Amino acid sequence: MSFTIPMLDEPDSDTGDPALVVLEDGTSLRGEAFGARGSVFGEAVFATGMTGYQETLTDPSYHRQVIVMTAPHVGNTGMNREDPESGRIWAAGFVVRDLSPVASNWRAEATLATELAAGGVVGVRGVDTRALTRHLRERGAMRVGLFSGEALTDAASMLDQVKQSPGMLGADLSAEVTTPEPYTVPAEGAERLRVVAVDLGIKRMTPALLARRGITVEVVPATYSYEQIRALSPDGLFLSNGPGDPATADHAVGLVQAALADRLPTFGICFGNQILGRALGFGTYKLTYGHRGINQPVQDRTTGKVEITAHNHGFAVDAPLDQEVVTDFGRVRVSHVCLNDDVVEGLQCLDVPAFSVQYHPEAAAGPHDSAYLFDRFAAAMAGGN
Amino acid sequence: MPRRTDISSVLVIGSGPIVIGQACEFDYSGTQACRVLKAEGLRVVLVNSNPATIMTDPEFADATYIEPITPDFVEKVIEQERPDALLPTLGGQTALNTAVALAENGVLERYGVELIGADIDAIQRGENRELFKEIVEQVGAESARSQVCHTLDECLAAVGDLGYPVVVRPSFTMGGAGSGMAYDEADLRRIAGSGLAASPTTEVLLEESILGWKEFELELMRDRNDNVVVVCSIENVDPLGVHTGDSITVAPALTLTDREYQRMRDVGIAVIREVGVDTGGCNIQFAIHPENGRIIVIEMNPRVSRSSALASKATGFPIAKIAAKLAIGYTLDEIPNDITRQTPASFEPTLDYIVVKVPRFAFEKFPGADDTLTTTMKSVGEAMSLGRNFAQALQKALRSVEQRGSEFAWPDQSRPLAELLAEVGRPHDGRLQKVQQALWLGASVEQLYEITAIDPWFLEQIVMINAMADRVREAERMSPSLLRQAKQTGFSDAQIAALRGTREDVIRGVRHALGIRPVFKTVDTCAAEFPAYTPYHYSSYDAQTEVEPREREAVIILGSGPNRIGQGIEFDYSCVHATLTLREAGYEAIMVNCNPETVSTDYDTANRLYFEPLTLEDVLEVIAAEQAVGPLAGVICQLGGQTPLGLAARLKAEGVPLLGTTPEAIHLAEERGAFGQLLHDAGLPVPEHGLARSAAEAEQIADRIGYPVLVRPSYVLGGRGMEIVYDRSMLADYIERATQASPEHPVLVDEFLDDAIEIDVDALYDGTELYLGGVMEHIEEAGIHSGDSACALPPMTLGRHELDQVRASTLAIAQGVGVRGLLNIQFAIAGDRLYVLEANPRASRTVPFVSKATGVPLAKAAARIAVGETIAQLRAEGLLPRTGDGSRLPVGAAMAVKEAVMPFGRFHGVDTVLGPEMRSTGEVMGIDADFGTAFAKSQSGAYASGLPLSGRAIITVANRDKRSMIFPVKRLADLGFEILATEGTADVLRRNGLKATVLRKNAQGIGPAGEPTTVSSIMAGDVDLVVNTPVGGGARTDGYDIRTAA
Ligand SMILES: Nc1ncnc2c1ncn2[C@@H]1O[C@H](COP(=O)(O)OP(=O)(O)O)[C@@H](O)[C@H]1O
Ligand SMILES: Nc1ncnc2c1ncn2[C@@H]1O[C@H](COP(=O)(O)OP(=O)(O)O)[C@@H](O)[C@H]1O
Ligand SMILES: [Mg+2]
Ligand SMILES: [Mg+2]
Repeated sequence: MSFTIPMLDEPDSDTGDPALVVLEDGTSLRGEAFGARGSVFGEAVFATGMTGYQETLTDPSYHRQVIVMTAPHVGNTGMNREDPESGRIWAAGFVVRDLSPVASNWRAEATLATELAAGGVVGVRGVDTRALTRHLRERGAMRVGLFSGEALTDAASMLDQVKQSPGMLGADLSAEVTTPEPYTVPAEGAERLRVVAVDLGIKRMTPALLARRGITVEVVPATYSYEQIRALSPDGLFLSNGPGDPATADHAVGLVQAALADRLPTFGICFGNQILGRALGFGTYKLTYGHRGINQPVQDRTTGKVEITAHNHGFAVDAPLDQEVVTDFGRVRVSHVCLNDDVVEGLQCLDVPAFSVQYHPEAAAGPHDSAYLFDRFAAAMAGGN
Repeated sequence: MPRRTDISSVLVIGSGPIVIGQACEFDYSGTQACRVLKAEGLRVVLVNSNPATIMTDPEFADATYIEPITPDFVEKVIEQERPDALLPTLGGQTALNTAVALAENGVLERYGVELIGADIDAIQRGENRELFKEIVEQVGAESARSQVCHTLDECLAAVGDLGYPVVVRPSFTMGGAGSGMAYDEADLRRIAGSGLAASPTTEVLLEESILGWKEFELELMRDRNDNVVVVCSIENVDPLGVHTGDSITVAPALTLTDREYQRMRDVGIAVIREVGVDTGGCNIQFAIHPENGRIIVIEMNPRVSRSSALASKATGFPIAKIAAKLAIGYTLDEIPNDITRQTPASFEPTLDYIVVKVPRFAFEKFPGADDTLTTTMKSVGEAMSLGRNFAQALQKALRSVEQRGSEFAWPDQSRPLAELLAEVGRPHDGRLQKVQQALWLGASVEQLYEITAIDPWFLEQIVMINAMADRVREAERMSPSLLRQAKQTGFSDAQIAALRGTREDVIRGVRHALGIRPVFKTVDTCAAEFPAYTPYHYSSYDAQTEVEPREREAVIILGSGPNRIGQGIEFDYSCVHATLTLREAGYEAIMVNCNPETVSTDYDTANRLYFEPLTLEDVLEVIAAEQAVGPLAGVICQLGGQTPLGLAARLKAEGVPLLGTTPEAIHLAEERGAFGQLLHDAGLPVPEHGLARSAAEAEQIADRIGYPVLVRPSYVLGGRGMEIVYDRSMLADYIERATQASPEHPVLVDEFLDDAIEIDVDALYDGTELYLGGVMEHIEEAGIHSGDSACALPPMTLGRHELDQVRASTLAIAQGVGVRGLLNIQFAIAGDRLYVLEANPRASRTVPFVSKATGVPLAKAAARIAVGETIAQLRAEGLLPRTGDGSRLPVGAAMAVKEAVMPFGRFHGVDTVLGPEMRSTGEVMGIDADFGTAFAKSQSGAYASGLPLSGRAIITVANRDKRSMIFPVKRLADLGFEILATEGTADVLRRNGLKATVLRKNAQGIGPAGEPTTVSSIMAGDVDLVVNTPVGGGARTDGYDIRTAA
């Protein structure tokens, strides 16, 4: 099947505000500008969730990525105060089929378009995002540029700019997303435990869910040393999700190895899973087009049960599915696997109190099937005391 | 977990006749289940009384019982077949209730039959609203305040604290039967009264009204490993208060943030676990407060439902099929997703398109019925449509329902705004169109939200559609861009033409010249994350099309669109048969249809499925798309009923190759003038008739013919607007009221054949040979629509001579009209003459019945004839019997009786007397060695209560039937019935050694000494069974009264 995407004979509307999506392979689609005008560059990825665009846009893991939404209507419920997963919109650009003209929800306080504009995020609408998605599925995630307003120039120079822009492989982005200063998220009710969470691009829901379990969370910058962490005398160490190529996260890997040596209970999510993987000596690799959606079936290989999970990862851990591996820190097994493509979705150390998952038990956006993992972490820490 | 090895045979219960609230979606789910179970090597035993279903075709089960779905009959089947397990969750409420009864009366235990796919306690917890509410509380969710009542007094007391309005809901009913919204005590007494009667447990629930909240549905599935997935979320555009079956609904939910959606999902999952639906699907309904997000759980259906059929078609996730697999032990992660092949069923479909469902009502058939939409379902069918945005999907769905005025319009003079605003507060068929008009006339979104509580998001979409209409109307020239945008907003060429004051074909010409064509996207369950292997397509105006090239020659079959009275599942049956046989014959069978309830729109049925409106424009685009990718043999229009038939001529005019009977032939048979001439030439008698182009002309004709006369507009199906007129004043009134006879719309005036036996014939003709499928003798006399009257095959009273005459006449008409395929003729025998009432050169409503009764697949044969094969070839192949045909059934052939099922229960204050206008929604078949038992079965299949097995029976039959009734009546006597009969009948019976108490005919009135008449004694309720076959005149009206009283 051919994946060259025929261009619409002209933009979807005569508002005279055209915008262009230019992929590094030369494919380009015309649409209409919304949000900020100008140009942005990043990795083109598609997300298949039908709800939760606000959480998605504010998820730091999307830093330097241009999100292509497969959901046909985006913006219906506007933007509200409670749902952001961080202090700002991190996505570099946003491509949708249909942008809702209005926000209809009792919690809505602004429309998507105004918030994107305020955040300096370039949006393109009126694009056949299904065609674009199929293209990325076949050709793999690639660099993209969104151009609107002044930035719309001749095809050649736009394509050139895209090719100049940095790719995701080898990108070390933690420094760009981590919190400059440490901060505390106090336990709800009586404090049972204390956790240090290394912010590699953490989402708000994670400390919130820990706090709900009577855990005080000290969120610290990615640059924190193990001594600084120790100084906070935590019951456990948490490694958050985040953007970039795990192959570059040597500092975080060092932290985890120290924690493992200390038998300090450790839990990692997403990027954190890849870091635990590396700490244990596994490699990581880039998926063709990644997992980004909230409908992914993951099997917990201990119970055999299937969880419907939220995913957002372009890289994965390279570990053997069906055998225990003996590492410097003892035996390790793959605890979770994605049933769609057998990608490693979780690691479990058998001799030290450490485990991690590639997907998002904190959801936001997504199903709550996997919240039990936070209880597991709490149990591991309680056991440790 | 692999599938269970301890089950080798399964009993599947169907849902019986099509009734409001339980339509052919259960044929779709049942058929899927049977397919799956057979493929798994299990012995499948099926019980279903509905002959028009695909599932009752021989190939879908190892043993099929076309028997009434009642505990007694099903017990007989169990006794006979000794199945290991019973799967009750795929046959709607009927199957579920029957299963519950069988479990409670110990039958299942006695025969060691295991209930799979649901257990009794779970069903109880899910269906018993009281228990269910406790569950909801237990999982920490909310349900509406309510009280369970078993008597009217309890109800009145309950209202004391719930206050009016209050919702009345019987337990264990489907489609909201017997439920309603009571605004005062009078309402309460009426609704609760019937509600208590409707509930098998004489129990109703009074519930605090939460009218106006947003309504949502979730379709969930759970396996025995406790894995749960949410297959689909559905949002009702009509807020709470309108039954989901009557609401315009959209998938996925469009006005919830992830937080709200996930909270609803959490509750849904907690509920399905707590209720304990251990394997299978269920449907849960929610109400969400529009201003604060408070969630209330409305109800759950612990079984496959109408909504799950919709969800399956909307997402490509085959719920019934998966449910069947789960029932026999598989877990979700073990079942592959047919569409992607590489991924498992344990995931949640994600959509990159919008699905809109619009209900189809039939109020025009029930004058006097209240068309307010409430908690009781009133629609008879639905159309679904997919698009890349809501506006597109909505407009496609609105034109899919094929009702005048269903499409949005922007008329030059529309109704005053005030009037519209006054009307939209009351939910009713056509409200959304009024909302659109009101918005177009300048009413604000806030205003309409105030009045209708329809979410502003949907209202804004309509505002956007109106704005587009204005741009189209006002633009000096239609720029390509504007035209494209109009198409993306779902405007049909016809709508654009109307706005531009030109013709549809002109717009189409321009559009094609500009290369503005729809692309066809694929329903793939995963928003393109994985490649799809099932060509299930929908049109959209977007950049990239996904129709694959093909080598094999294709045949496109046009389906029948939304179910409606007069055009229902029977036509889908024929389309499905054509599809299957053409696939076998090596063609690429392509289905076009927009009815989500059907088997034809299962992506497993045809090689390619296009879920599209059946309008000229949409069909032409599908044809063009398919012609572009491979050879096309042609299009079949005769199997889907009037809808595709109506397209035939225009398709041909556009140069589309048609298969089977030509449009000219169709016209010849439908245009009564031309047809009359044809019959005249063939020397076939017809009732005296004339074509009136004015009221005066009508009178002259009627005077010439003599009253009573039968009047109707030309070109109708299901006897629309047809009436028996007894005198001048009635005639004048009819012309005035019903038609406004005019040169363009002439009125047909026919001599009304009194005391005539009506005969229905289905036949095949290939140009040289006639195969007469079957001759059906109606039990009611001519004057009651063929679709509404019971009929018997083989005919009870026709002799050889008459049958020969019927066959000869059929042949003459087939030749004269030039039929290539199926032909249906209705004859009437009055005196000794055989009159032709009408001929329909297409698949008829009775094709499935005849096929089942005679075991000959007529629709398959018709499809093969359409692609050029001959009856001789089909006989040789064995598709048709080697010799003979339905006009000569072997002596001792089983007697099959078809009975129609009426929806009157749904429409209060509607006259239940039958007439020439069809009003039934479905049918059942009773088959047995003799007429009596077959008829009795058809009755118990049709009416929940069924026929009693002992008590007092009134027998009063037409002379011609007296002989044929002797033996059945003897059986009744043997069964211990006390026989009451009218004089004539009693005489005959006595002479045959059966004693019968004489009753007075109704016409004779109550006797001097108060001797009861037929009707009076029925009214008095001291009669259990009535057998009446009317004879014209006085007895006909008698017949009606008896039937309706009974
Ligand atoms: N408490 C209520 N207040 C107002 N409307 C209600 C209430 N409960 C149900 N309804 C409406 O009645 C319809 C039918 O109720 P439901 O419980 O779903 O019965 P059924 O079993 O017939 O589907 C619902 O779709 C909803 O629109
Ligand atoms: N001349 C007639 N005398 C008596 N009954 C008639 C006559 N013509 C039609 N009918 C009755 O009206 C019904 C509907 O008429 P028909 O021509 O079959 O219309 P439709 O196209 O709706 O099937 C028939 O089934 C028959 O019972
Ligand atoms: Mg319901
Ligand atoms: Mg007829």
